[in-house]
Amino acid sequence: MQARGLLAGGFLFLTLGGALQAGVPARLEGPVQVLKAVGPEGKGNAEASAAWKQVASAPLPVLPGLLEAMDGANDYALNWLRSAVESVEERGRKSGGKIPVAAVEEFLRDTRHHPRARRLAYEILQRAEPERARRLLPGFVKDPANELRRDAVQLLVVAAGEKVTGDRAAAVAGYREALGHAREADQIDDLAKKLGELKEKVDLQKVFGWVTRWKMVGPFDNTGGAGFSKAFPPEEKLDVAAEMDGKSGKVRWVDFESKDDYGLIDFNKPFSDLKEVTGYAMAEFWSDTARPVQLRLGCKNGWKVWVNGKLLFGRDEYHRNMEIDQYRLATELKPGRNVLLVKCCQNEQKEDWTKEWEFQLRLTDEQGTPIVSTK
Amino acid sequence: MIPKIESAGPIPFFAKTMKTHPIVAAVLLALAGGLSNQAADWTQFRGPGGDGIAPDTRLPTSLDAGAVAWSVNLPGRGISSPVIVGKRVFVTASSGARQDRLHVLCFNLADGVLLWERQFWATGRTQTHEKISAATPSPASDGQRIYAIFSSNDCAALDLDGNLLWFRGLGRDYPNASNSLGMSSSLVVADGVVVAQVENDSESFTAGLDAKTGLNRWKLDRPKKANWTSPVVMKGTDGKPVLALQSSKGVTGVEPATGKVLWNYDQGASTVPSVTVAGGRLYVPSQGLTVLEPTSDGQAPKQVWRAAQLRPGTPSPVVVGDRVFTLNDGGILSCADVADGKRLWQLRLKGPFSSTPVIASGVLYCVNEKGLIQVVDPAKVTDPAKPESAVTSEFDLGQTIVGTPSIAAGSLFVRSDGKLWRIGRDSAL
Repeated sequence: MQARGLLAGGFLFLTLGGALQAGVPARLEGPVQVLKAVGPEGKGNAEASAAWKQVASAPLPVLPGLLEAMDGANDYALNWLRSAVESVEERGRKSGGKIPVAAVEEFLRDTRHHPRARRLAYEILQRAEPERARRLLPGFVKDPANELRRDAVQLLVVAAGEKVTGDRAAAVAGYREALGHAREADQIDDLAKKLGELKEKVDLQKVFGWVTRWKMVGPFDNTGGAGFSKAFPPEEKLDVAAEMDGKSGKVRWVDFESKDDYGLIDFNKPFSDLKEVTGYAMAEFWSDTARPVQLRLGCKNGWKVWVNGKLLFGRDEYHRNMEIDQYRLATELKPGRNVLLVKCCQNEQKEDWTKEWEFQLRLTDEQGTPIVSTK
Repeated sequence: MIPKIESAGPIPFFAKTMKTHPIVAAVLLALAGGLSNQAADWTQFRGPGGDGIAPDTRLPTSLDAGAVAWSVNLPGRGISSPVIVGKRVFVTASSGARQDRLHVLCFNLADGVLLWERQFWATGRTQTHEKISAATPSPASDGQRIYAIFSSNDCAALDLDGNLLWFRGLGRDYPNASNSLGMSSSLVVADGVVVAQVENDSESFTAGLDAKTGLNRWKLDRPKKANWTSPVVMKGTDGKPVLALQSSKGVTGVEPATGKVLWNYDQGASTVPSVTVAGGRLYVPSQGLTVLEPTSDGQAPKQVWRAAQLRPGTPSPVVVGDRVFTLNDGGILSCADVADGKRLWQLRLKGPFSSTPVIASGVLYCVNEKGLIQVVDPAKVTDPAKPESAVTSEFDLGQTIVGTPSIAAGSLFVRSDGKLWRIGRDSAL
């Protein structure tokens, strides 16, 4: 299984033309590149430790250049660079130095920069000139940096909340506007609840963009957890007309559509409450173009996911916990018909809290904006 | 005995040039301040011995608001224990909607002023049970560096001034190494190796990371089963350190420098409370409480006794002199004889409990989840039928406390999701 790097996060942000625009002094270019060269399993750590001290001793005017150096950095390197930025800022503040706020703000405003670097720039600005940062915040409501966007959305939530008692219509409009911009599940849930209290219905299936129409087949065996590693017929050849040998007889694909607000695809519904079994769910997903997406899955059973026959990831953990967007897997859609296949394994546990044999799945962009099938 | 003195900062000029008696040198260094006295430092979860005992510190046995030297707000959640090295207090925390901002904070021991803070972005999964957070495992120190690990299995090493020495994203390197309820195993350091017990239902392992570079010295496959216990370091029969790794299968003795498995106890163990080492014996939460004594022949440790009625809850067992104590989640504190496990008395404390008691001068400091500190002095129990006399003081912090406190400098250090307290002052002794 190609596991490494599939959990979406870093590695996705491309450099801005490959050049440091604000730049760092020539003497720091080498050390910065050493920090950006760190990788998995501690690769480059020894060299980075020495380079870090050089970078972290830079003067305050270098801050924007260091922030810019985060463009294109992998997740390990981002942490090396972040801590160097913190050290520069902390030492500068303690010595009474002046944060280059104009340059930091300019960096922050440029949405081509790494979202995490921009959030860090915002926090540096907040500490240096809180009012300046506060004035900028409402403008981030559509921002690609989720932490900035979240805080801006929260301003809308608070503003709408203040209107609830005097102007219900304005409060509803405010909450609706916030909901339109919210991308994180807890914020969406909170807004749905607030609107519900105002007797306003929210189509959560649509807001989250769940994939709700599937074909399902099962049960196959999962005695002793062995089914997780065993390739049953749907993994060998995906034929929705086929009849297959299941755990206790012949099995065929059946249609299933979730009506659940949270898009739960519940194997217990077509197949009843079973234990030590494996099920598969298949969905067609149509796209106008080739595009990168995040496949976001929630599941508390053992699972594997394939897109167009390619295994993205799998995990054999049972009944620990489930949440929306629990796993974020980077993948690509091709133009036209795409096929999603989910394997979902149920184990032997008998407690009430181990009945669930289900998952929820949606496709989004990197910010969490739902991408829905065009057919 | 002269405590080992190690520098926690720049070496004073006289230390570099002095040619004097070692005792005088030690005193001079200690007077210089900001230095680590490892005997008095609290370097890891449950203290330097991993047994919850402060080796040379007394605390007030009567606590009230006047005993609070200082308290500070924390920027994020956490139940990890504070680590105290020299004149500095190190705490980890996590923040953000997804708990993916990982903080390492350093406070001045004397007044709680923040000396420095470093943040990291989690590279692994941060999902946890709501009761805990990404900052659940405790950091550890070897007196020169602070090593911090989080539920996301991100691990960073910093010097005591906050300079980053290395960073590992173990949750990114090994992407199925996670637990959807959260990871909680704390770090230990032995023989120049930082030991990260990353055990879970899927990609389960324990890694020995080089303390200087963070690179894998060894990586040991471990039982595929969620495990929230923490490793302890004990002295082997040959005097060398041995790592005791607990899991659902039992306890495994491992050579910390190489990862070589030395012995196995295979009769199962809890995956929540951790083994405690005292007097060369292992007090294992296994089928109640099982006491083991390692042998020198490489065979499984010999069972000394087993007591089914001593069943620790989330808190780990503690041993004070010739008494062993277990505490269940509801607050029943059981006291037994270390010789044979015979229960001597039981005391109902005000629960519920998650944190392990810590001990100074034979007195237990028990903090329940409601933030109530109950001071228990077992020496006060004269009648086993009336153990209530052991509770000498109660002090309510008024916040949820799930993490285990730390002890140093005549003080108890307690943290909640949002606050860190130093309770006690040198002058109070």
